Amino acid sequence: MTMIKKLLTTAIATTLMAGAAQAEISNDMVKIGYLADMSGTYRDLAGPNGLIALEMAVADVGGQVNGKKIEIVSADDRNSPDVASSTARRWVENDNVDMIAGLVASSVSIAVSDILEESGKLGIVSGSAASSITNEHCTPNHIHYVYDTYPLANGTASAIVKEGGKTWFILAADYAFGHALEADVTKVVEANGGEVIGNIRHPFPTPDFSSFILQAQGSGADVVALANAGADTTNAITTAGEFGLTQSGQTLAALLLFLTDVHALGAEAAQGIQLTTGWYWDMNADARAWSDRFMEETGVRPTMVHAGIYSSTIQYLNAVKATGSDEAQAVRKQMIATPINDMFATNGRIREDGRMVHDMYLAQVKTPAESTNEWDLYNIVRTIPAEEAFRPLSESQCPLVTSK
Amino acid sequence: MSMILGVPVAVLFGQLLLGLINGGFYALLSLGLAVIFGLLKIINFAHGALYMLGAMATVILFDTLGISYWAALFVAPILVGCVGVAIEYFLLRKIAGQDHIYSLLLTFGVALIIQGVLTNMYGVSGLRYSMPDVFKGGMNLGFMFLPYYRAWVIVIALLVCFGTWFMIEKTKLGAYLRAGTEDSQLMQGFGINVPLLVSLTFGFGVMLAAFAGALAAPIYSVTPVMGSHILIVVFAVVVIGGMGSISGAIITGILMGVVEGLTKTFYPPASSAVIFLVMVVVLLVRPSGLFGKEA
Amino acid sequence: MSNSVNPADIHKTMLDQQKSDHRRRLILNLVLLALLVAAPMVMYPVFLMKILCFALFAVAFNLLLGFTGLLSFGHAAFLASGAYTTGYLLTTFSGLSTELGIIAGTLVATLLGLGFALVAIRRQGIYFAMITLALSQLVFFFFVQSSFTGGEDGLHGIPRGQFLGLIDLNDNLNMYYFVLAVFLAGYLFVQRIVGSPFGQVLKAIKQNEPRAISLGYNVNRYKIIAFVISAGLAGLAGSMKTVVFQLASLNDAHWHMSGEVILMTLLGGTGTLLGPVVGAAFVVNLEYQLSQGPLGDWVDAILGAIFVLTVLMFQSGIVGQVQKFMKKNIG
Repeated sequence: MTMIKKLLTTAIATTLMAGAAQAEISNDMVKIGYLADMSGTYRDLAGPNGLIALEMAVADVGGQVNGKKIEIVSADDRNSPDVASSTARRWVENDNVDMIAGLVASSVSIAVSDILEESGKLGIVSGSAASSITNEHCTPNHIHYVYDTYPLANGTASAIVKEGGKTWFILAADYAFGHALEADVTKVVEANGGEVIGNIRHPFPTPDFSSFILQAQGSGADVVALANAGADTTNAITTAGEFGLTQSGQTLAALLLFLTDVHALGAEAAQGIQLTTGWYWDMNADARAWSDRFMEETGVRPTMVHAGIYSSTIQYLNAVKATGSDEAQAVRKQMIATPINDMFATNGRIREDGRMVHDMYLAQVKTPAESTNEWDLYNIVRTIPAEEAFRPLSESQCPLVTSK
Repeated sequence: MSMILGVPVAVLFGQLLLGLINGGFYALLSLGLAVIFGLLKIINFAHGALYMLGAMATVILFDTLGISYWAALFVAPILVGCVGVAIEYFLLRKIAGQDHIYSLLLTFGVALIIQGVLTNMYGVSGLRYSMPDVFKGGMNLGFMFLPYYRAWVIVIALLVCFGTWFMIEKTKLGAYLRAGTEDSQLMQGFGINVPLLVSLTFGFGVMLAAFAGALAAPIYSVTPVMGSHILIVVFAVVVIGGMGSISGAIITGILMGVVEGLTKTFYPPASSAVIFLVMVVVLLVRPSGLFGKEA
Repeated sequence: MSNSVNPADIHKTMLDQQKSDHRRRLILNLVLLALLVAAPMVMYPVFLMKILCFALFAVAFNLLLGFTGLLSFGHAAFLASGAYTTGYLLTTFSGLSTELGIIAGTLVATLLGLGFALVAIRRQGIYFAMITLALSQLVFFFFVQSSFTGGEDGLHGIPRGQFLGLIDLNDNLNMYYFVLAVFLAGYLFVQRIVGSPFGQVLKAIKQNEPRAISLGYNVNRYKIIAFVISAGLAGLAGSMKTVVFQLASLNDAHWHMSGEVILMTLLGGTGTLLGPVVGAAFVVNLEYQLSQGPLGDWVDAILGAIFVLTVLMFQSGIVGQVQKFMKKNIG
């Protein structure tokens, strides 16, 4: 009796150990779940076209890794952490999803990263802005690609202060994202010898910015910075144009602006605005070639998020190929060990805290005269080196880094 | 410079003026709601979506057919008004006479459909629309720079509001309208086509919303979701004014624009909540609204 | 003899009829209960819990719309206040047992409901709906502004903890049966209210308010009590949802959520006990199915179409239709 029991236990233990030691691809396939806002506020910057970018990446590696098929599932997170977390839970617990891509709204990314950590699966956040995702909310189970608020504030603000924009007026969306951006900008401005002489926190969303623009005008600040996103930013920029903010000598700085936003505004309304971006479709030959393919599929030019989804998926699949495993930690380790230089990133690498750092760019929106077509919108003014752009590890609160 | 509560008087004047202009939008929108509710007892939850449709139509008409801003001010409301008549004829008529709640739920569904379909067709980043050349620039009022377009908005909004009020309260047509919707059998006896009157009234209320949308196109970002937020605010305006009161809706609309403008100056974060706060206070003091008759 | 009708016989057949009705309902309820108990064996438990939470929310809402005739367009405020209170307490005080967090969430929602009711009760019908909507907007702004809600990031990683310090709720099955028990308690509570003399007065108010007033009932008091109970149960649903998903977010407070619960109730069948449950299961499932498939971008438009069709074609909802069908064919 005991003999049999012992034998059985040993047998089970051996099988288990073999399973762990022998790295392999679980369920004979690599399953990627694309979770993003498909119908709401963030639809255009990632959304259905992000899924196409993901499918392009899978097709480009041949639809399989080491002979195992790659499968894609996708879902609309409806910008709701509830919907996102129940979908993500179901994917990892029930449907054998190995990696979750997309992830746009910060609330969604944070909620999903909790589940990834619990279930030991991997996630690659491409759309979120919050730098807290790899700071206080960091987990060993996700990677933050593309950008976050730190380089946005850092890149734009330090460049403008150095150009002589000493006094600042900040118009921030009155919620955590706006507050974080406002704090980051204030720090950068003051560190570079500038001064923040006024700020307004506006409700989210605000359809009419005239009152706030008027107050910004009245402040006499050199620079009016917009620490908001999406429709709030485009509304504020339109109104600033209408009230002649830039004509009266003030500089307008938008801290988070996607190509789709600028496209919606048009060069006429957005000209001259400085912004920081992780990527621009026309910035080099590789980027251009890839965006041409993307445009053939979708009819529009890709945002930095679309490009990031493609690049990160390729990186992920290469790591699976190299390790012969889809186990999260093995893949993550491999990804951290591999420098990234592709159509998306220059000098890219993934840090211990999950932050993917790469060169960022300070761009200026072209004037209507310079712009040759509706998507020809940016001049890249300056490259911000990877090591300068992102929050240094020495300032990190991420336990993965601080405990070392 | 003299100051009031730490705000320079000049800035205050500017904010008051801007508040007045926003009030013009609120007045147009709440007037449309009040016409539909006051005469037809229909709660039109699709009002925001139809406002958005007016703005979208203005942009799309320009992009596809090259229809100018001036023409669009007429064409867009008429087109959207037709959509309104269709909604009344095919949907709302089927539930006429039932609890008002059903019209609210029905139009809520319609709003979701319109918004959902347009989101799929045009995305959410917004459509580009340039300011007509006549309105480029502005004038210096001494205390502020006033873009010509904003001045135009307040003038035309007030004219349309006053015209509507005059038509409903002071003309024969208005009298028919009020009588026809209050006692339809009697008016039918007089040989007046009441169902047609109802369709046209609904269409007219919708046209007001679409007109506000067309006015908004050059200055606000035109997206399929632009109506969903303003709708709730406008509902609050109508409740404050006293539901169904035509003049109440106009005056309250402008008043609330000013109140919101002042809040944006003194305590910006509260500016989107202040109207709801006013609403609660008004309802506690005067349950039927500022201009409403006791129900 | 056989021709003469004995009143006592009629009474007896009526009683028999009632008895068989009662028995039929009992059997139905037992079958449903058995299904719910067995469900997690075949279906994903977290998904089932989501349905149960929304079902409780809809049942609470229906107490107002279906049985009192009041349309609240602000019930998201109660769902969210329950969710945030529970979430905040459970994350801040790590020693707090789960059931206390849930009770606190329910209490806060109940109090908020009292506040709403006192303001809104002054008006009827559409006015009532508009006022509740405006009040819930105020609550929404409060949640956006407050730091304890985590703003648009929401509250995350809320511990599920243990029930009475004994049962580990981190296990999905334990959690499921806990949620099921709370749901059943809420459901039976509403059933009890509806069947009680108090519930009869509510129905009388729904059918003819002036008549209820003339009969000497203090109608406003009844309405307020119904509103407060409904708000409390909605808060309970929110608290449960927070514990299940371990998060609370602004979505719970958004007015779209108020619209969604109306859809669930209307679609399932207002004024029936089972209707909101069926409606909630239907809507949650539909949203899930749509969001996974190629129609993902069309969720809003499809929900809108369902709204329109329900109002136009079958206002009595799924359960109402089934009941009509049963009456016609089975008698």
